[in-house]
Amino acid sequence: MSPAAQSHGFLSPSGAEVAFVLVGLVTFGAAIVTVTTRQIVHAALWLVVALGGIAVEYLLLTAEFIAWVQVLIYVGSVVVLLLFGLLLTKAPIGRSPDADSGNRWAALLVAAASAAVLVWVVVDAFRATWIDLDGPAAGSAAVTGASLFRHWVLPFEALSVLLLAALVGAIALSRRQPPAAAAGSRAPDAAQEGGR
Amino acid sequence: MNDVLDVVLRLLVVLVVFLALPLIVGQTEHKVMAHMQGRVGPMYAGGFHGWAQLVADGVKFAQKEDIVPADADRRVFQLAPAVALLPYLLVLIAIPIGPGEGAVGEVVDAGVFFVLAVMGVGVLGSLMAGWASANKFSLLGGLRTAAQLLAYELPMLLAAASVAMAAGTLSLPGILDAFAWWWVPWQIVGALVFFVSGLAELQRPPFDMPVADSEIIFGAYTEYTGLRFALFLLAEYAGIVVLCGLTTVLFLGGWHGPWGGAGLGWVWTLLKTAVLAFLVIWLRVSYPRLREDQLQKLSWTLLVPLALAQIALTGVVKVVIQQ
Repeated sequence: MSPAAQSHGFLSPSGAEVAFVLVGLVTFGAAIVTVTTRQIVHAALWLVVALGGIAVEYLLLTAEFIAWVQVLIYVGSVVVLLLFGLLLTKAPIGRSPDADSGNRWAALLVAAASAAVLVWVVVDAFRATWIDLDGPAAGSAAVTGASLFRHWVLPFEALSVLLLAALVGAIALSRRQPPAAAAGSRAPDAAQEGGR
Repeated sequence: MNDVLDVVLRLLVVLVVFLALPLIVGQTEHKVMAHMQGRVGPMYAGGFHGWAQLVADGVKFAQKEDIVPADADRRVFQLAPAVALLPYLLVLIAIPIGPGEGAVGEVVDAGVFFVLAVMGVGVLGSLMAGWASANKFSLLGGLRTAAQLLAYELPMLLAAASVAMAAGTLSLPGILDAFAWWWVPWQIVGALVFFVSGLAELQRPPFDMPVADSEIIFGAYTEYTGLRFALFLLAEYAGIVVLCGLTTVLFLGGWHGPWGGAGLGWVWTLLKTAVLAFLVIWLRVSYPRLREDQLQKLSWTLLVPLALAQIALTGVVKVVIQQ
């Protein structure tokens, strides 16, 4: 930690820090509403607020590129797919009485555990590091690209292989079996697809 | 204080452009469509060739009763037009119309991603309207909107990525600074893919299945009246301006032109945008509507492979000229 970073304290926050905390609270609130509301399409729309709030947090940390990718992928595509699915089921307007699950305590436990792990990892990794927001942007597209393809190439490629596997799996699952094959030679067929 | 004034002034200019250009495109559509169909179009409002027709329409929309259907989800229904319209206003801030930092609302470092990401949010407005209206035609329109997204988003991104690769930057002014005239033939395939996908995003003919008035009344906007309906229409025309402006900036060299210095750059940008907008109108008059599955087929068997081929070509040429 550089000497300049020592001067940061929790008692004299800057404007950006205040905004960061406020946006974080909004994001957290939206996330809570997402999982507790009984109106299922509203849950998807609150998810938009939560994901957008995270994009704003990235922006406040000058990670502009990550922020726009967050909007593009999550708000623009994932939520739209989610809504597409909900529209296909003709999601009712108003409360859905069955929009609840007996597993909710287990879900809460899993959510709390994964949140604890994530928070622990982040806190342990960065401790009291402060990002200098006044200097050149630490998260511009050029900086992000350079660090991604110079220092983190292997995880990046591993992830792309993982996505490819998911894609192939989706194709294999959605391929319709011909009636004859479904009756007779199902086992070898499945084994073959699994091997691909 | 000067900085604040500068920013406010820029945003004001963007707002004026945002309000004026879509109206001009709309009026051009009235007249161009009319003449292509052997009519004269509006002739009375305002006196000279009906120039004030859209102003009169706007006044009419503002006076209409604002109705929310009894079974609708009130808040989502009322919020939807704003969600559909605002993204285009935000995108306009990042489009440069001339050289230098003075001719763009705000320089965005990852500009290409910014415009594509924010434009994608507009779809949410149609989906919200389609679901919240409590109307089966609206629901079908919403479904078609979402299905359409699966077709156009990927080729659009890939085509834009090709230009970013060629320029070596994601910033829109940076792309224009790197532009040379031979980029037009080099990136022409990407340009076509981008423009066609953009038409599908705007739900303009021949890709207007989500609003198809002869099949599902007016899709997701069926239940809207008055100002909220006008906002959806404004979003469509603002979308035309944004798409044509983006195609101009990414593929046609923006403010670069064969004649005139940097001072005339904004004229070139506006001229190219206007020609593309004319093309959009022309396509509406001359092409029949595709079916949703035909768009999917067009996209996944033609646009996506073409966009990938364009990226490969861009990469090869880039490596060759760097040696």
